[in-house]
Amino acid sequence: MHVHFLDPYRPRRSPVHSLDPRVKLVLAIAFLFSVALTPPGAWPVYLLLLSLVLSVEVLSELGVRYVLKRSLLALPFVLAALPVIFTAQGAPALELTIGPWTLTITQPGLERFISIAFKSWISVQAAVVLAASTSFPDLLLAMRAIRVPRLLVAIFSLMWRYLFVLVDEVLRLLRARTARSGNTGDPALKTGGSLAWRARVAGGMAGSLFLRAIERSDRIYMAMVSRGYDGEVRAMPMPELRPSHWVVLLSGFILLALLLLISYLF
Amino acid sequence: MHHSIEVTNLSYSYPDGHQALREVSLSIQPGEKVALVGPNGAGKSTLILHLNGILMGQGSVCVCGLEARKENFGRLRAMVGMVFQSPEDQLFSPTVYDDVAFGPLYQGLPPDEVRCRVDEALASVRMSDYAGRVSHHLSVGEKKRIAIATVLSMKPEVLVLDEPTAGLDPRSRRSLIRLLRELPLTMLASTHDMLMVRELFPRMVIMDEGRVVVDGQTAELMQDVALLEAHGLERPG
Repeated sequence: MHVHFLDPYRPRRSPVHSLDPRVKLVLAIAFLFSVALTPPGAWPVYLLLLSLVLSVEVLSELGVRYVLKRSLLALPFVLAALPVIFTAQGAPALELTIGPWTLTITQPGLERFISIAFKSWISVQAAVVLAASTSFPDLLLAMRAIRVPRLLVAIFSLMWRYLFVLVDEVLRLLRARTARSGNTGDPALKTGGSLAWRARVAGGMAGSLFLRAIERSDRIYMAMVSRGYDGEVRAMPMPELRPSHWVVLLSGFILLALLLLISYLF
Repeated sequence: MHHSIEVTNLSYSYPDGHQALREVSLSIQPGEKVALVGPNGAGKSTLILHLNGILMGQGSVCVCGLEARKENFGRLRAMVGMVFQSPEDQLFSPTVYDDVAFGPLYQGLPPDEVRCRVDEALASVRMSDYAGRVSHHLSVGEKKRIAIATVLSMKPEVLVLDEPTAGLDPRSRRSLIRLLRELPLTMLASTHDMLMVRELFPRMVIMDEGRVVVDGQTAELMQDVALLEAHGLERPG
């Protein structure tokens, strides 16, 4: 009765999986920055970036379809960039009249919107590959190694550890509610109660979950303190990077720098 | 007369591929009190969750003459009072009263009837004074009784309990056993408490690795130390 669906990690024996998590994390972050820094409308460079991330996907044996499916997560966020279509200055491409208002779609606005959408789609793919090819504990080690604040890493790790516990708890609560959601078989009675009543019950459940989460965090803290926790999270040092991983890291950097250069030059 | 609980050739695998039940068959007569014992992971809780359609496997499950199918789930859930192991899961409303009233309210019963059911249920677990209390602040033993009241208020025909005595102190355990003995319902309890089994349940079903291994009279099976030990159980002293 446990929940596994949350873990995005998919174990494989690919070269991407066996790459040191520090290298992967740093390269993924560098990739995200390069994508973000590429100016709008640099279509050839976008295609190159896309082919780069696609080739990593193929190399990782995760299946391009799997990554593309997960990358659809980016879609709702693209909506945030929608106003750009209307607000950017430039030659009008189309005018929409809705009642008393007139919305003007400008050419640069459209170009910028499509650029943002495309860039966020590529970025999410990179993040999906990183999360699917690196187990979360490895990612945490990598974050610690590249000096992400320790407290932040500790919060991530506790969150990861207890997220599943909480989801299990939610599942059991829902199950207990389902078990008592019956009907008498009398067609005259309307089952399910009113919407307001159901909302109140759901509110009660959320509240009790919250209380239990707080209580659990107290117990966890006490258990940590009794094993000597003093606010500082310590970890075993990670081994030195192997030369081959340095090569991957440096060539990744050079490639991304080249792509950025091209995007500004042409 | 139909059997109260009739499970035939029930198999179930969890989504991660782990097979929890293998061809389980079990039949329980109306009014019978049966204990379900076996080591952790034997499939006891999984079996129990099939009785009101929370889980669905291959095979057939019939409770009170109703087959566990989607269209019957509502009726089943009203007839099977399921008491979960952790009262924390069962008590999700702000006050004791709200929790006990949940079942009847969901069924759409008129307010007077709901009030009557709640009073009755709380009285039968001897917790009438607790109606206005916040469940969060009660002791485990008290929560357990309230959890039982939350299903009694639905007037179920079958009471299904998952490890009812787990985590109770001797006094709470004793009063729970007394309470269960008094309730005139068909009862199926999954438990590790062999002393309670001997005291309360004339019939005992041993499960191991997803199968029903033995089904027989408690008094007889308790004599068979080798059988008990083979399935991780102990004869009570």
